[in-house]
Amino acid sequence: MKKVPLVDLAKTIRSKNAGVDHITFDIIFRDREVYEYIKQNQLITKEMVAQIYNISPEKIVLFVYFDPAKAIKFTIRRSKPSGSPGETDVMGAQQYPPLFEISLTLPESLLKEEGGGSKG
Amino acid sequence: MKEVKILSPTGHLGFTPIEEESFWKGVDRKPNFICADSGSCDIGPYPLGADVAASPEEWQKHDLELMLLASRELDVPMIIGSASDTGTNRGVNQFARIIKDLAKKHKLKPFKMATIYADVQKDVLLKRLEKGEVIEGLHGRPPLNKETLLRTDHIVAVMGVEPYIKALEEGADVIIAGRSSDVAVFAAPALWSGIPEDIAFYAGKVLECASFVAEPFAGKESVLGILREDEVIIEPMSDYQRATPESVASHAMYERIDPFIEWLPGGYIDMRGCVYEAIDEKRTRVRGSKFYRTPEYKIKLEGSGKVGERCFMIVGIRDPYLIANLDRVIEWSRKKVKERFGESGYELYYHVYGKNGVMGELEPIKNPTPHEVGIIVEGIAPDLEMAKELTYLAGRNFLYARLVGVKGTAGAAAFISDEVLVAHPAYEWTINHLIKVNDPLELFEIKFETVGGE
Repeated sequence: MKKVPLVDLAKTIRSKNAGVDHITFDIIFRDREVYEYIKQNQLITKEMVAQIYNISPEKIVLFVYFDPAKAIKFTIRRSKPSGSPGETDVMGAQQYPPLFEISLTLPESLLKEEGGGSKG
Repeated sequence: MKEVKILSPTGHLGFTPIEEESFWKGVDRKPNFICADSGSCDIGPYPLGADVAASPEEWQKHDLELMLLASRELDVPMIIGSASDTGTNRGVNQFARIIKDLAKKHKLKPFKMATIYADVQKDVLLKRLEKGEVIEGLHGRPPLNKETLLRTDHIVAVMGVEPYIKALEEGADVIIAGRSSDVAVFAAPALWSGIPEDIAFYAGKVLECASFVAEPFAGKESVLGILREDEVIIEPMSDYQRATPESVASHAMYERIDPFIEWLPGGYIDMRGCVYEAIDEKRTRVRGSKFYRTPEYKIKLEGSGKVGERCFMIVGIRDPYLIANLDRVIEWSRKKVKERFGESGYELYYHVYGKNGVMGELEPIKNPTPHEVGIIVEGIAPDLEMAKELTYLAGRNFLYARLVGVKGTAGAAAFISDEVLVAHPAYEWTINHLIKVNDPLELFEIKFETVGGE
């Protein structure tokens, strides 16, 4: 088994507004087997992302594994609608980087083609 | 087999110009319709509230000119939704004016233009509230009340496919519509051509952002949708992009709350049964989407209201002692503002770049050690003079922060320029609600006129 940061396994990690009251996050994996392993073993959970962003799990209105895109998707409720006074990211487009460092433990056999991978 | 081809050249008309090469390639394929959405909530509440465009008119003209010339050349309808970023009556009238100017410039033969208006007057909603009607809030917002309605400056209703279909039935060659569901701009012509709802609505969903559905990532490149009885085929028109099962599936979840269900006026798309299949390197076929009608027809209302006048001031700090004690420095600035203006009647924010200027309270790194920080002071007040004074007071007081142990007693801040910048007024999304209607057309007005032939 080997520890790998999520940023090395995902093809895309992004965040974006979903309407004016939510920000949605997509983690799209490069490799189907890696995705399936993470899904089967629930290595990434709603509680984990709630902790990263220091929000209560109820603020995460959706957390799903989305097979057709080999992706994890979750959506959080904004504390205020987008663009309200005090806004820091009106499009919600720069809220994803803390996900890079999620540390995952995977069998090395799954990682043979992932070595030296970078974010896509 | 029935087949309808729809060309989608841009995900947000006017926001940045359409790439012409892939557009004309798409036109060569002789689409039956050329459609684009021109609106977004991503631009924040200011354009709707103040009723102004967010895109430069030159870019809007550029995109409209391409689409109009291609549509007239092929003699197929051109359909634009959410005109000029906000989809307000202002936006519809602006785009209609541009179309008329272009028809004159290019001496186009007469054609029929439909304009569809989506503004909702406050008193219409006020009367409905007074009659006891409940206008339900979306996503945990409370039902609309009088107070929220009255502090809203501009309201639009988000139309479904029905007004578009009506315009097509009446023979429109060009449709310029106000605020719309992005999906409706594409689903309406498909439905009108006889494509079943299950395919038409899903096709609208995948086509509305143009080249975002393909890979590698690119904006403003044209994409062709080929719709049949039980499938939709996505084909990018640029040389370098491919629509793969994964890129199309990934797009289903892009900027949406849920990757499986998409709510629309009058129903929802269910994507749980979608099957994505590569036809070849460039094209992907999707089958299995469903559309379900809801018993009641509900339309989304969007509203934006002014909070106050707003100013910014930029402050830089390099002294490590001040950076380590930044909370106390900000407290000092805040205290000086309170001494002058009291506890309320204004809003004051400190955006600390280098600490949590991007993520605010969501930032997990709580104690960074940057060697310098940039602070944007944001001051909001009922009038501009007060907003300016407030922001000056908060910004300049970084210079005078009294902290025991500060070495640099000649000034604790660096300014690019000792000035306050006047920003757009602050607005807020006040309304994100659903209203029940008996007739999908009832909140929208459709007008027709003949353009060209001059």
